[in-house]
Amino acid sequence: MTAPVVVFAVGNPSRGDDAIGPELCGRLAEWLGSEGLADGVELIEDFQLQIEHALDLKGRQIALFIDAGLRTPGPYTFRRIAPATGMALTTHELPPEAVLQVYMQTEDGEPPPAFVLCVRGEEFELGAPLSPAVLSHVEDAFTLLQSLCRQPAPTAWEQATA
Amino acid sequence: MSYNLETAEHPERLRRVAIDPVSRVEGHGKVTILLDEHNKVHQVRLHIVEFRGFEKFIQGRPYWEVPVMVQRLCGICPVSHHLAASKALDIIVGARKLTPPAEKLRRLMHYGQMLQSHALHFFHLCSPDLLFGFDSDVTRRNIVGVAAAHPDIAKQGVLLRKFGQEVIRVTAGKRVHGTGAVPGGMNKSLTVAERDELLKDVYRIVAWSRDAVHLIQKVHTQDPGLYNSFGIFRSNFMSIVGHNGDLDFYHGSLRARDDNGKLIFDGVDYQQYDKYIEEEVRPWSYMKFPFFKSIGKEHGWYKVGPLARVQNCDQISTPFAEHERKEFVDYAGGTPMHAPLAYHWTRMIEMLHAAEVIKDLLHDDDLLSDNLMVEGERRMEGVGVIEAPRGTLFHHYRVDENDLITMANLIVSTTNNNQAMNEAVRHVARRYLHGREITEGLLNHIEVAIRAFDPCLSCATHALGKMPLEVELVDPEGQIVHSLSRS
Repeated sequence: MTAPVVVFAVGNPSRGDDAIGPELCGRLAEWLGSEGLADGVELIEDFQLQIEHALDLKGRQIALFIDAGLRTPGPYTFRRIAPATGMALTTHELPPEAVLQVYMQTEDGEPPPAFVLCVRGEEFELGAPLSPAVLSHVEDAFTLLQSLCRQPAPTAWEQATA
Repeated sequence: MSYNLETAEHPERLRRVAIDPVSRVEGHGKVTILLDEHNKVHQVRLHIVEFRGFEKFIQGRPYWEVPVMVQRLCGICPVSHHLAASKALDIIVGARKLTPPAEKLRRLMHYGQMLQSHALHFFHLCSPDLLFGFDSDVTRRNIVGVAAAHPDIAKQGVLLRKFGQEVIRVTAGKRVHGTGAVPGGMNKSLTVAERDELLKDVYRIVAWSRDAVHLIQKVHTQDPGLYNSFGIFRSNFMSIVGHNGDLDFYHGSLRARDDNGKLIFDGVDYQQYDKYIEEEVRPWSYMKFPFFKSIGKEHGWYKVGPLARVQNCDQISTPFAEHERKEFVDYAGGTPMHAPLAYHWTRMIEMLHAAEVIKDLLHDDDLLSDNLMVEGERRMEGVGVIEAPRGTLFHHYRVDENDLITMANLIVSTTNNNQAMNEAVRHVARRYLHGREITEGLLNHIEVAIRAFDPCLSCATHALGKMPLEVELVDPEGQIVHSLSRS
């Protein structure tokens, strides 16, 4: 059975703060299991978003994209996104909005309500661990994630974007 | 084969155009073009602005960790690094020849990788340019634009890539960060259910791959004036070739030809690669410039990847792809084709071959066998070479008596193509930018040339908020007189 919520966690665990996505994904998996919520949320971890992720949106009620941010506001931003044409400057790292658009074009229907959690990163050096500066960002983001997963409804998530 | 336009005589008197980062390639690349007051091009360089540093990162780690760690080099073709490292470490554990099931499972994984990467490249990196034209509206010239205008092609692209990812998942254990290959063999075989699931779709995948070859063949042959000349330069070329000179992405010996197709070397055991290839460091780029030692650095550079492989082999072992190879060779007129845009055509021939090989392998019961590991006399050094989607990939390791890596040398496909990509960019700059006002469409011509090689310019890193494409014109005093940016 398809879980109603899909969470995409993006990043390279070996590239400093690019590991924010995988780090949150790991924590979330453990927490969802301990809370008995794992059946309601599918976690997908990957280096980059790609076109085939559009297929992972099928049958969902909500989608969430978690990624590190470079020069983005701290500790994080959380916002609703919509399909967007022409936003993709690169296809090797498709923006979340473009994944929604690929879904629309290939599935001929509206994608599920989708949100982006962008956690500010500072250092992206090869082989580096998460930088000390972002540890508190990760904690704040994880608190938000717990709240979102307890109320997996678009209206509740919309309120959290305020 | 010259260094024309690599270094201007008086760069301090010239304007600078920077394209940074090059769009639709991994990581960051930068093209700088020095122009004078009449927009005449004096210097063109493709820079790598991020130091890879992976060789140092690996040193001191236990060798058995390496096949998993190196997957973090590239988010698009982690399997290539996984298998090249595993092949090098096979030598170290004394497993020079794997069991047939283990080799077939690795081949399946690798050909799944080739399929998904080539599908991604064609449908999502290059088809926007090819289907809409280089000067078309930039907001349409991406995969989203392709999906809007050609939903059937876009959907096939998505499903081809998805199928390749599924092949990887069942052979490597996971879609990313898989652990299927280990020094000496494989740690899992396929279940009947996994094999049957792939078999259900594979005939459709072969059919779509044939359609893709025919599409790019049509695009190419309808405009030979553009496709046979855009960014063209002549060069040597190199790849591994398999038994009997077959196209082989997984294993073989090194073969190199000159720009006329004459053999430079053949049948070379890649354990000896450093006797044939040397890497030159240039002060303006972090990426090295490899060349054939026997020819020297000025004329010994070469290209790798689909265009090299399809013309370097004697034949392709699968019928549909072999038919398409012959069509391509006939079109080229019996001499090597050097046009960078022909990479796209040959890339699709390779995708078709990968699909056919996957189909054949899925009918082989060895994939279900548990006879997966061998070992032999321990060695301290090993080289693994594989044909990755973008070209020949070398992994070379030494280990100590405590099983720790003491030396790692990686020559990735994009490094092998470094000089070739620079030459293509210079040709395009000379042909399209020389003496003209710079526009976004003209600058995209530069990027079209780079994308033909499908470069991977950095380790896989990704973050929201990365800088968009920026172009700056700077006068001899360093003042910005004009800028373009995409957001």
